[in-house]
Amino acid sequence: MKHFDVLVIGGGHAGAEAAHAAARMGARTALVTMTLSGIGVMSCNPAIGGLGKGHLVREIDAMDGVMGKVADKAGIQFRLLNRRKGPAVQGPRAQADRAIYQREMLAATQAQDNLTIVEGEVVDLKMSGQKVTGVELADGTLLHSTTVVLTTGTFLRGIIHIGEEKHSGGRMGDKASVKLAERIDSFGLPLGRLKTGTPPRLDTRTINWSVLEEQQGDDEPAFFSFETTKLAAKQVACGITHTNERTHEIISKNLARSAMYGGHIDGTGPRYCPSIEDKVVRFADKTSHQVFLEPESLTGHTVYPNGISTSLPVDVQEDYIHSIVGLETAKILQPGYAIEYDYIDPRALDASLQLRATTHLFLAGQINGTTGYEEAAAQGLVAGINAACLAQGREPVQFSRANSYIGVMIDDLTTRGVTEPYRMFTSRAEFRLSLRADNADQRLTPTAMDLGMVSVQRRALFDSKRDALEVGYQALSREAYTPKHISRAGIAVKEDGTRRTPYQLLAFPDVQFKDVVRVQPDLSAIDRPIQIQLARDALYANYIDRQQKDIDRIKKDEAHVIPTGFTYAGISGLSNELSAKLESARPDNLAQAARVEGMTPAALALLLAKLRQHQKKSA
Amino acid sequence: MDTIFALATAQDRAGVAVVRVSGPAAHSVGMQMCGTLPKVGSFAVRPVSSDGDLIDRGLVLTFAAPHSFTGEDVIELHLHGSIAIIDRVLDTLSAFDGVRLAEPGEFTRRALENGKMDLAQVEGLADLIDAETEFQRAQAMQTVEGALSKVVEDWRARLINAASLLEVTIDFADEDVPVDVAPEVSALLESVMSQASDEISRSYVSERVRTGFEVAIVGLPNAGKSTLLNALAGRDAAITSEFAGTTRDVIEVRMDLDGLPVTFLDTAGLRESDDQVETIGIERAIARAKTADLRVFLSENVSDLPLDPLPQDIVVAPKADLRTDGTGVSGVTGAGLNALVQEVKAVFADRATHSGLTSRARHRTSLQSAVTAMKDASRLVNQGPEVYDLAAEELRTAIRSLEFLVGRIDVENLLDEIFSSFCLGK
Ligand SMILES: Cc1cc2nc3c(=O)[nH]c(=O)nc-3n(C[C@H](O)[C@H](O)[C@H](O)COP(=O)(O)OP(=O)(O)OC[C@H]3O[C@@H](n4cnc5c(N)ncnc54)[C@H](O)[C@@H]3O)c2cc1C
Repeated sequence: MKHFDVLVIGGGHAGAEAAHAAARMGARTALVTMTLSGIGVMSCNPAIGGLGKGHLVREIDAMDGVMGKVADKAGIQFRLLNRRKGPAVQGPRAQADRAIYQREMLAATQAQDNLTIVEGEVVDLKMSGQKVTGVELADGTLLHSTTVVLTTGTFLRGIIHIGEEKHSGGRMGDKASVKLAERIDSFGLPLGRLKTGTPPRLDTRTINWSVLEEQQGDDEPAFFSFETTKLAAKQVACGITHTNERTHEIISKNLARSAMYGGHIDGTGPRYCPSIEDKVVRFADKTSHQVFLEPESLTGHTVYPNGISTSLPVDVQEDYIHSIVGLETAKILQPGYAIEYDYIDPRALDASLQLRATTHLFLAGQINGTTGYEEAAAQGLVAGINAACLAQGREPVQFSRANSYIGVMIDDLTTRGVTEPYRMFTSRAEFRLSLRADNADQRLTPTAMDLGMVSVQRRALFDSKRDALEVGYQALSREAYTPKHISRAGIAVKEDGTRRTPYQLLAFPDVQFKDVVRVQPDLSAIDRPIQIQLARDALYANYIDRQQKDIDRIKKDEAHVIPTGFTYAGISGLSNELSAKLESARPDNLAQAARVEGMTPAALALLLAKLRQHQKKSA
Repeated sequence: MDTIFALATAQDRAGVAVVRVSGPAAHSVGMQMCGTLPKVGSFAVRPVSSDGDLIDRGLVLTFAAPHSFTGEDVIELHLHGSIAIIDRVLDTLSAFDGVRLAEPGEFTRRALENGKMDLAQVEGLADLIDAETEFQRAQAMQTVEGALSKVVEDWRARLINAASLLEVTIDFADEDVPVDVAPEVSALLESVMSQASDEISRSYVSERVRTGFEVAIVGLPNAGKSTLLNALAGRDAAITSEFAGTTRDVIEVRMDLDGLPVTFLDTAGLRESDDQVETIGIERAIARAKTADLRVFLSENVSDLPLDPLPQDIVVAPKADLRTDGTGVSGVTGAGLNALVQEVKAVFADRATHSGLTSRARHRTSLQSAVTAMKDASRLVNQGPEVYDLAAEELRTAIRSLEFLVGRIDVENLLDEIFSSFCLGK
């Protein structure tokens, strides 16, 4: 019988990344997927990246993950969002060809060493006490594994709604595994219910493109992978159109027939990604909403109309689509639908994404209450690494809020839980100015190298970049110039007698690298990508120094570890509500406790005092 | 957990002295010293002895956890306030195993640890205990009741609102969101900035209410400053003599003027002197007079003095007893004394109406850094969306500073700082 170190259930974005990470760590890994063609499927909008999400992809890539590399190959339109804002809040995004993405992800998975793909449906988990030891497939096959990573997305009681019609299923065309769900139920984990929706897909040949506004990609594409240097696929434009009063009228009249508005759905949907029904009701004074028409692939005919997800019946969908300019005769290839599903309260997980109560079982992806491919993949990476660590007897790897968006997300999920589908935003990261998409490699690749999970090329690329940055930094800081010298080079500075280095000059938002080259001509010898990165570091240098204090403070609080068996109930002075929240969040340390919702300064002080008492007692 | 004890009343001869014992061994220690203890929640007279040797007969109170000040088992011994008795009782207590003298603030710390008090109450409590006058008591009580936290919460909410407007333009750049949020953000920043700046200036007044206003009495040597101070104090506080230049150091008398804490400073006479010691005294007097909140010039002609009166300063002619025009003030006869006191009180009573909610340097530092960050944020917001990421960072700093003010973060430092202002046994 086969025995694996890490077995991953589900080949979606979380599953693929988890399997790759574990295999790169040298663990004997299995990826169980219903079908080979299920690997790398994008159930919704075929786009990768965006604000906050682009950061996650870069971080995955910095650990030598697969998502960024595959997305670069599949990208048919690249756009750097927030291009005119500060570099810390710029996010790379690409429209991906669904077919290429799937093909390349499958190829990468088949090519990965230590990774076995198993086709089959997992129907049950094998247990030894509170410990998971393997899985059973629908055909009766048993697979043993030291650790199991569950990444089955929306399969827990997933129900699809199209208007008044509903049927069970993970997503269109998938069936939900009942027995596995029952096994998960038997663990008694806290569950919640969420919903999400998707728009109808249109046939590109039936859209009147000639009347529509066009949106082109960037001239100079920003790739996801630090390794990618050139475009792989043909680039296309997207179309832009708008809903109008007639569209809104059709929707308003039929609200009662919408699954979401007809009272058929109990789950909570994301506030930031409203359905068109939501938009019409909540923003009644707006007479028009933007719709992006995004081609799903170069070869097929499917177009994804971004901005009008719905759960109205098919006939209403047809009516309102036809009311939109350019879509008067558009044919719907697949109707829009809403799906509601159970998720597992991620506060039941520790920071390595292992379940606290059932050991050797890791959870990643939408099952933890998140939404989005990037969020799923990033969790997959964390779970895959940590499952491998556990199987190999290594210490768990912790991502922190101070070093990555991945750390921010894991911390948010495991200490605060979710109340709506969790999506990454740059504003969730308090150390945003230092956690940039451009320096993800500087932040994370060294850790990945220590873990032995990067390729030889990646290591070489990283080392040479790091050296170039160091040399460049030295050149920029070597000499300080007088205000007179600087003004002569065409940079306006105060005549305050302070000498400044080119690096310090770059901290002024309006000073570019080409300006400081006039101050010190030999700087032109620095490579352009290195110039860009150095200029960004310099721009934020003052802020980053300041943030360091907060980072140190967090580290200090993180050092106050809360022992596993610590009981909150009965601490006089803690409200029942708060002690219940702490009891379910089970923060690992004081820094996490501080972020539990509803935490007050007084309660935190009380907690610290109790911890000190506890330490004294056990000392 | 150690059992701790300390003298809870002042360290001096007094009618009654209270010794408090708190911790798991409190009751057993009490029984060993007093035979039996009164029922929990009651009191009774008991002999207090050490190894069978009767020290005193005192009133003993018994409290049981969690219904005590500290939340632990507690006994209180109300003894006769003799230094010998107190020493002997404290000695006896420290001889028990696991029983020791409390560290400064340890009773309050335990009260906090056991959830009997929260942080704000603790901070206010320190001031309440130190309060000597009505104004001080009222101000401390306000803090205990959470007035400061409420205002800061409101500011924080407005700043979070401003931050969220900026964040919308950053995180939803690709969607239909309002683009020009600058006017709204600026307005929010302005409103908080002006209120916070106002609170900073008020906090200096509050600090005065907490620590006392200072009035320096200045004048030529032998103008009768010390005599005046003595008359004000009603006792011989400063050494007065007929010889000019007697007061070489600064001498203080603390008074309660209808609830306002006021300290009068008697300073060395201001004149040219060859005496080195006196010259030092004079320099010190000038420096001190300048930092005081108000100066009373005891002088016929202020141009004789090396110091100019400020707008609210009081100039009054000295030695009214030797004058015939009925003006001036005299420490000897008391003439004009009441009028002078009324005048001083009027000045401070007016200032005290400008007192605020914060009275500590710690509060002011946090407010100041919040205001600085808000100013930077406001400047950046006006520069445009290209630097909204920096503006948002400044806003975060401002919010963090406010949070620090009410103790939301960095609990550990805060606790240590707060407890360092407590003295033993309270
Ligand atoms: C209808 C819909 C609309 C969405 N809309 C958006 C959106 O607008 N924006 C956005 O950012 N995100 C959206 N998402 C979310 C995004 O698609 C998911 O968050 C992401 O794909 C989750 O990745 P995952 O790996 O957790 O799960 P999935 O990608 O769903 O992968 C789960 C995999 O597990 C397999 N599996 C399940 N059960 C078993 C079993 N018993 N044995 C073996 N394999 C099994 C499934 O076949 C599947 O391949 C949407 C999702 C859905 C379903």
